[in-house]
Amino acid sequence: MTERKIQYRKKRLDRGVKARSDTLFLIASKKDMVYLLMPRALPVLALLVLPFFLEGYWGKVLIYACMYGLLALSWDLMASCGLFSLGQALFFGIGAYIAGILNHYFHVPPVITVPAATVGGGIICAALLAPVVRLRGVYFAMITLMLPLLLIKVIDATGVFGGTHGLPSLSPFSSDLLAAYLSVGGFLGCLFIFRRVINSDYGLVLRAIRDDDRAVMSGAINIYWRKIQAIFIAACVGAFAGALMTHHYQFLGMSAFALDYSILPVAAVAFGGPGTFAGAALGSIVLVPLSEALRALGGLRIAIYCGILIVSIIGLPEGIFHYLARKYHQFERLVEVK
Amino acid sequence: MEPVLKVNHLKKSFGGVLAVYDVSFELKRGEFLGIIGPNGSGKTTLVNLITGFVKPDSGEILFRGRNITGKMPYTIAGLGISRTFQMVRLFYNLPAYKNLIIPLCSSRFKKMRGGRYGERDDVAIDLLDDMGFERDSQVPYKVAGSLPHGYLKRLDLSRALALRPEVLILDELFSGMSMSEVASTLPLIEKFNEEGLTIIMIEHRLKELFRVVDRVMVLNFGTTIASGSPEEVMESEEVKKAYLGIRIDLD
Repeated sequence: MTERKIQYRKKRLDRGVKARSDTLFLIASKKDMVYLLMPRALPVLALLVLPFFLEGYWGKVLIYACMYGLLALSWDLMASCGLFSLGQALFFGIGAYIAGILNHYFHVPPVITVPAATVGGGIICAALLAPVVRLRGVYFAMITLMLPLLLIKVIDATGVFGGTHGLPSLSPFSSDLLAAYLSVGGFLGCLFIFRRVINSDYGLVLRAIRDDDRAVMSGAINIYWRKIQAIFIAACVGAFAGALMTHHYQFLGMSAFALDYSILPVAAVAFGGPGTFAGAALGSIVLVPLSEALRALGGLRIAIYCGILIVSIIGLPEGIFHYLARKYHQFERLVEVK
Repeated sequence: MEPVLKVNHLKKSFGGVLAVYDVSFELKRGEFLGIIGPNGSGKTTLVNLITGFVKPDSGEILFRGRNITGKMPYTIAGLGISRTFQMVRLFYNLPAYKNLIIPLCSSRFKKMRGGRYGERDDVAIDLLDDMGFERDSQVPYKVAGSLPHGYLKRLDLSRALALRPEVLILDELFSGMSMSEVASTLPLIEKFNEEGLTIIMIEHRLKELFRVVDRVMVLNFGTTIASGSPEEVMESEEVKKAYLGIRIDLD
C-alpha cells in the first residue's frame, strides 16, 4: 500500500455582504454598513486630517503624493479607453506654464490662474494630442513620451518664458494649509468623480473602446472624439496638479516637463493596480512617501526603490489594491485535498 | 423608386490579392438580398467596404443618393447602415444588456429619441425582450461570456438593431448556430424585413437563406458571377462550377 501524501489547497469563502447585482444593494445591518464604508471612509478621513499634523518637510511630501496621485489618476483614465501614455509630464508642464506665465507676466492671482490653467491646459493638451489619437499602443506612447522632451528643448533653445532660469517669485497660496487642502481635495474629488464616471454609461463606452474599438464604431460612436474627450479630462487633472505645484513652489522652470512626472505615475498605477483608480491613488500614496523615506539611504535610494517596484510588479502583477480588496472580501483557509 | 443602397464598380485588393473586383449592385428599400459564394470569394470584404471598415481602391457606394465611399465606420453606422460580425464582437465581461448601451449612447439614437437619451437600461432590456431574451428570466442580466453561442449571435444582432438601421447587413449570422436556434431567429429577421428593413444577408446555409431572400448574388474570386432569384441562380452553370469545382459537361 502506497502512502498518500496529504495535500492542501486554498479554499476561498466570501465574507460579509456582497452586492448581488449591479443596481440593487441590500444592506442588512450596522455591521454590513461598517464593512462596506470602512475601506472607503478611513483613507478619506485620514487624508483630510493629515494636513493638520504634517508640517514642513512631510507636509510637502503629502502635497507631492497628491500631485503624483492626480497624475496617476489621469493616466488610469486614459488607459481605461486604450490610450497608453508615457507623457503625463506634458499635462503637468502645460498646466504649470499657463499658471506661471499668467502670474509672472500679468500678475493674475492664483485664485484665477489655477482654474484657468486647469481648463486651458486641458484644451491645449487635447489639441496637441488630437492629431495622433488614431495611433495605438506603443506608437501613441512614444509620441506622448516625446512631446514634453521636445517642449523642454524648445524652451531651452529659444529662452522663452524664462528659458533655463525659469520664472521665480510667483505668488504663493495664502497658507500652506490651503495648498495642502487644495491638493488633497483635488485628489479625493478627482478619485470620486473618476470612479463614478467610469461606471456610468459614458465610462462603459470608454472601456469598450479599449476592449474592441471596431465593435464600438459599428455602434455609430465616434471613437476618436471620445478619446479626445478622455484626453481633455485627463489633461485638466494633470494641468491642475501642475498649476498647484507652481504656486506652491513659487517657481516655474523646465523641470515641470521632467521625465519623473511621466514615469512615476505609471509606476504608481503598476504598483497599485490599474483599472479602478483606487489602485492608482493607493499606489502614489504609498510610493511617493516611500521614495522620500529612502532618501536617508543616499545614493542607493533609487536602486532600492526600483528593486521594491520590480519585486512588487513580478510578485503581484494585479497590483496591491486588487490583492488587498480580495483579502478583505474573502476568507482563505487550507482544506485537505481528498 | 430610388435605390436605398447603390454600389458602383467597387474594387479592393490586399497586396497582390484581388479581394473584390468590379462589384456593382442596387438595393431597393425593403429588399432582402442574399450574398453567397465559396470561402475567400470576397463576401466579408464587401461588407467591410460598405460599412467603412475597409477603404475601397476605386468605385463608389451611394446610400440614399449620398456618397459614403471612404467615410468612417461610425459615420456610416450613424447614417443607418448597421452590421453584425462573422466572429461576434461583444463585450464578454459585461452583462448581456449592457452590450446594447454602446449603440444607445450614439448621437443617432439621441436624435431618434427627440434629443434625449432617457433610461438606456430600460430601452436595452425592451429590445432584448423582443429578441427572445425574456425580461423575467436571468438571461439578459447574465455576463455575456457565460451565454451559449446562439445567444451571443442574437445579442450581436440586437446590438446592430439597436441603432434602428435602414439597412442591416448580416455577416454569416447563422454560422455555429444549432438548427433550433436558426429556426427561432429566422422568423425575427423575416418580421423586420416585412416591417420595411432592407437586409443584406451573407450565409453559407443556403436552405435557410433561400427561404427568406428576394434575390441572391453569387460572388467568386471577388466578382459577381450570378444574380437573380434563388431558383435562377442555382440553375447557373457558373455557380455550379464555383461551388462544386468541376466543369459540368452537358453533352
